[in-house]
Amino acid sequence: MSELVRKGAAELGELIAAGEASAVEVARAHLDRIAAVDGQVNAFLHVDEEATLAQARAVDERRAAGEELGPLAGVPIAHKDVFTTVDMPTTAGSKILEGWQPPYDATVTRRLREAGLVILGKTNMDEFAMGSSTENSAYGTTHNPWDLSLIPGGSSGGSSAAVAAYEAPLSTGTDTGGSIRQPAAVTGIVGVKPTYGGSSRYGIIAFASSLDTPGPFARNVLDAALLHEAFSGHDPMDSTSVDRPVPPVVEAARRADVNGLRVGVVKEFAGEGAQAGVTARFTEAVELLESLGAKVVEVSCPHFTYALSAYYLIAPSEASSNLARFDAMRYGLRVGDDGTRSAEEVMALTRAEGFGPEVKRRIMLGTYALSSGYYDAYYGKAQQVRTLVSRDFDNAFEQVDVLVSPTTPTTAFPIGERADDPMAMYLADLYTIPANLTGNAAISVPVGLADGLPVGLQIMAPVLGDDRVYRVGAAVERALEDRWGGPLLARAPELAEASK
Amino acid sequence: MSAITRDEVAHLARLSRLALGDDELAHLAAQLDQIITAVARVQEVAAEDIPPTSHALPLTNVYRADEVRPSLRPEQALAAAPAAEEQRFRVPRILDEEA
Repeated sequence: MSELVRKGAAELGELIAAGEASAVEVARAHLDRIAAVDGQVNAFLHVDEEATLAQARAVDERRAAGEELGPLAGVPIAHKDVFTTVDMPTTAGSKILEGWQPPYDATVTRRLREAGLVILGKTNMDEFAMGSSTENSAYGTTHNPWDLSLIPGGSSGGSSAAVAAYEAPLSTGTDTGGSIRQPAAVTGIVGVKPTYGGSSRYGIIAFASSLDTPGPFARNVLDAALLHEAFSGHDPMDSTSVDRPVPPVVEAARRADVNGLRVGVVKEFAGEGAQAGVTARFTEAVELLESLGAKVVEVSCPHFTYALSAYYLIAPSEASSNLARFDAMRYGLRVGDDGTRSAEEVMALTRAEGFGPEVKRRIMLGTYALSSGYYDAYYGKAQQVRTLVSRDFDNAFEQVDVLVSPTTPTTAFPIGERADDPMAMYLADLYTIPANLTGNAAISVPVGLADGLPVGLQIMAPVLGDDRVYRVGAAVERALEDRWGGPLLARAPELAEASK
Repeated sequence: MSAITRDEVAHLARLSRLALGDDELAHLAAQLDQIITAVARVQEVAAEDIPPTSHALPLTNVYRADEVRPSLRPEQALAAAPAAEEQRFRVPRILDEEA
């Protein structure tokens, strides 16, 4: 393995800016790593070596021409296959979009290109971002680099695995119920769900529009902040985009202190029902924050325990509406158009063949929750719970600056264990969902191992308080890396590299 | 008692435009019943006077300037069409009388 693939994004950006490595050399090192290990990990759905090297050459040429470039220029990135890309296929992990080449770039994609990031390829995901394991992908499961028999989290599991396996220093994800934070936690890396509306949804294939939030994965907090800053900010193409400056996330990640900060432990999520080792690492992380000068108090958020139920009504309801666009008429798969069948029959045959089981479950669940006769008892009640969760956050943030909990109730589970048990799979998102319902910023940072596998600490901040999650996350990271003598990921077993 | 019957699941499949076989319907009916029973917890929250929230941020009526800007050319819009003819999407019959 080349030394270049062990380096973080900020460090690579500096090396390239100083002329000590070219963007082409850095891209080549990562493409070689992908060729050597992705046969086992299956993080990528699409890699085009020549196109990647051409992007890198263009960055080197811009720099040679004297152009002023940002801190991530020339740094490679793995891009979740839910973001549209004009030069690469975009499938959202679904058979219904197999081979689809979008006619436009997502705003996040466009901003990655403008920042000079080199897109290595598109990463695997649960179909339409529905799932917590990537097992719902139509293109095979991604494997956790810590133990290839385990799930890498989901839905952004290709992106978490790519970063944890040193195939890319950075990747993009989307977080609707925990799809960035949960995969980051179970692979021992950093993942951030920014404030809803802080980063544009334009060109993200929609799952649940009131919840979907793009965000960064990285191997350290500062790298995540640099990527967050690069692709966030107001976008007139997304009517739910917030017209406010991006919070000072990079400055906060560099500041990395918690002295005098008030930290609230969410009483309802403090470990009941969680794996013993997860609770133990969480308790130690809270003690660490206290030793670093934070004032820790317990805070009750009584409605957080209803958030999971509300989410599994709201998200499927929005999905059932959003996925109506896959109608076999304008793009994507078309099945059974033999001249005898009506448009409606072709539509129903195409959707039955093109969607996987979890997507069908959610479309039908959403259709049920929105049906007349059931609307008030299900979707209506779920919307009221959303208000109550929001009030819990408001009350909590009157007493504290950030809230903390474990990111997930358990470490990575075996591939296959929950594949046909939807309720067991949904529980992976128990602690991450409240921040989605209310739009709050939240991060997951590694805080140790339980039974040999990574555990994440979730830090939640108020809407547009994204800088606080970076500040606290970076403080925890610095203290733990001092204690451990390096990052947690250094303890992951080496993957065998296939020879070329 | 089940929260949802097999007939209701078949009706949902029709509303959802999903042509599902009998086995798939039976499997989904059992799973949907389990999920609906679990998420019905939202009804335990006494929420008579609680307003609903549909969106995380209080943004309403967001408009951008009404300016003409470039859009997709017909060949770009049709590039991924399952079938196209004379700069249009060709679709299966929609009205019975045209059959």
